[in-house]
Amino acid sequence: MASLETLHISHLPASLPVHVALYRDVQNAPFLRQQLLSGNKDFEYALIDASVVFSRTHALVAVFRAVNDYLNNRLKSRNVHSEIVFSLSPANNIADSFRKFGLTDSTKDLLIIKVSLTPDITHESVEAHLQEHIQGTPVPFDDEILSTIRDVAKIKKVYKLGSLPSSTTKEANGTLSDGDRQLEKCLLGAIALRGAT
Amino acid sequence: MTTTTETYRPPPLPSLFATTTPPPTLLTQGAEAHLYKTVFLDASTPAALKIRPSKPYRHPILDRRLTRQRVLHEARCLVKLIREGVNVPAVLAMDWEGQNGESGQGGSWILMEWIDGAPVRVALERWEAWLAKNKGLAEQNTPQYQEGTTRVRDLLRRVGQTVGALHKAGVIHGDLTTSNLMLRPWKADAEVALEAGECPSVDGDIVLIDFGLAGQSASDEDRAVDLYVLERAFGSTHPRTEPLFPEVLQGYRESYKGAAGALKKLEEVRMRGRKRSMLG
Ligand SMILES: Nc1ncnc2c1ncn2[C@@H]1O[C@H](COP(=O)(O)OP(=O)(O)OP(=O)(O)O)[C@@H](O)[C@H]1O
Ligand SMILES: [Mg+2]
Repeated sequence: MASLETLHISHLPASLPVHVALYRDVQNAPFLRQQLLSGNKDFEYALIDASVVFSRTHALVAVFRAVNDYLNNRLKSRNVHSEIVFSLSPANNIADSFRKFGLTDSTKDLLIIKVSLTPDITHESVEAHLQEHIQGTPVPFDDEILSTIRDVAKIKKVYKLGSLPSSTTKEANGTLSDGDRQLEKCLLGAIALRGAT
Repeated sequence: MTTTTETYRPPPLPSLFATTTPPPTLLTQGAEAHLYKTVFLDASTPAALKIRPSKPYRHPILDRRLTRQRVLHEARCLVKLIREGVNVPAVLAMDWEGQNGESGQGGSWILMEWIDGAPVRVALERWEAWLAKNKGLAEQNTPQYQEGTTRVRDLLRRVGQTVGALHKAGVIHGDLTTSNLMLRPWKADAEVALEAGECPSVDGDIVLIDFGLAGQSASDEDRAVDLYVLERAFGSTHPRTEPLFPEVLQGYRESYKGAAGALKKLEEVRMRGRKRSMLG
């Protein structure tokens, strides 16, 4: 059973629900990437390599930024979905952001995000489409699972946060330790400030 | 001069927040900024929304440039300080462009982590109110009075340490008052069951807020001016606590290597301040 979650993010228009699904052990990454490269409209998703997603908040903050930029007509990339991937990046290079945060041929853990820009995109339609085309194991999109997927060293490197003290203690049941919380705050700040001159 | 009995109506919210339900609650309106309490991502995560509305009397291009600069400046300082591990609210999201749809009402904003506390000003006011009410205890130097003084001394030390951590990170606050220092967590009056004569708690972490006038500097002079501003704020806002202000400086002294230089400079800055006030 696919565990597609449909969210209303505070402050974003009620007409723009956000659908999120997390898959592990994805088998058909090259096929999915091919759909992106060929611009197949049916596959207009933010397809994110989940190893560089630190937490639920980390991902949702990128959605928040991308949708706000969409509402203000200042997308830097092709559409709001590519913009979500770009919004995860602390830097301005779009191609580079896709390489670092986007799905690659070797992606195993995949975060999929879809914003309902039109009423025909519904929870059911997205769910059916993913069920048909994603070969992988759906898992809940939560911090506990993300903490087993994420590559903290890689995330720190991409965000140039290598000097940050790394958390030594591991908290139970997916709650963030103090060190994790500080790292998460740094990620959010970098996303918010990207492009500031 | 005209007087008005109309209730104050803040400028319209930036379009993103105009339809938020429930609407953000206005907490304070300063000369430059409006501070709202709202939520972030989901309804159960509180957040502080700081808006710099555009000024209709300013030229629109100049206005946009100025608000943009200040909002960016504040956010950059906060992000840098979070990285350095200084206690400040995290930046959750922001918009420096200040566009606001068709309405033409510009405004740049920062959504910040909500600090669940109260300004140090409020904590010290409560302490001073207790002092005023319990004059007898102070005069007899009772254990309750001693306990209260010890707690306040400790609070002031923590203030000094936090300012030290800020300066160590290379940032000057620019507007250090007891309103821009938060004490977290905060127990409201109703929650502190004050036994007969027992003094109110001032436990908690100090969190620095309001970086609208902050800047990057590591000069003793700038650091000393920061401390001087805080010292003057104590003098005018907390006369009964002012005699304990040296505790702030002591906490500061112990917090980083360069503190001694800044404290030495503070003496000069005080002298200048005194001369200036003598000239009127
Ligand atoms: N992150 C926060 N969490 C909780 N309360 C906050 C936060 N930021 C500000 N406040 C409350 O709002 C008040 C005003 O905020 P702030 O000092 O940032 O604005 P201001 O003084 O109007 O700004 P400026 O001096 O830059 O024009 C604070 O004294 C505090 O009580
Ligand atoms: Mg203030």
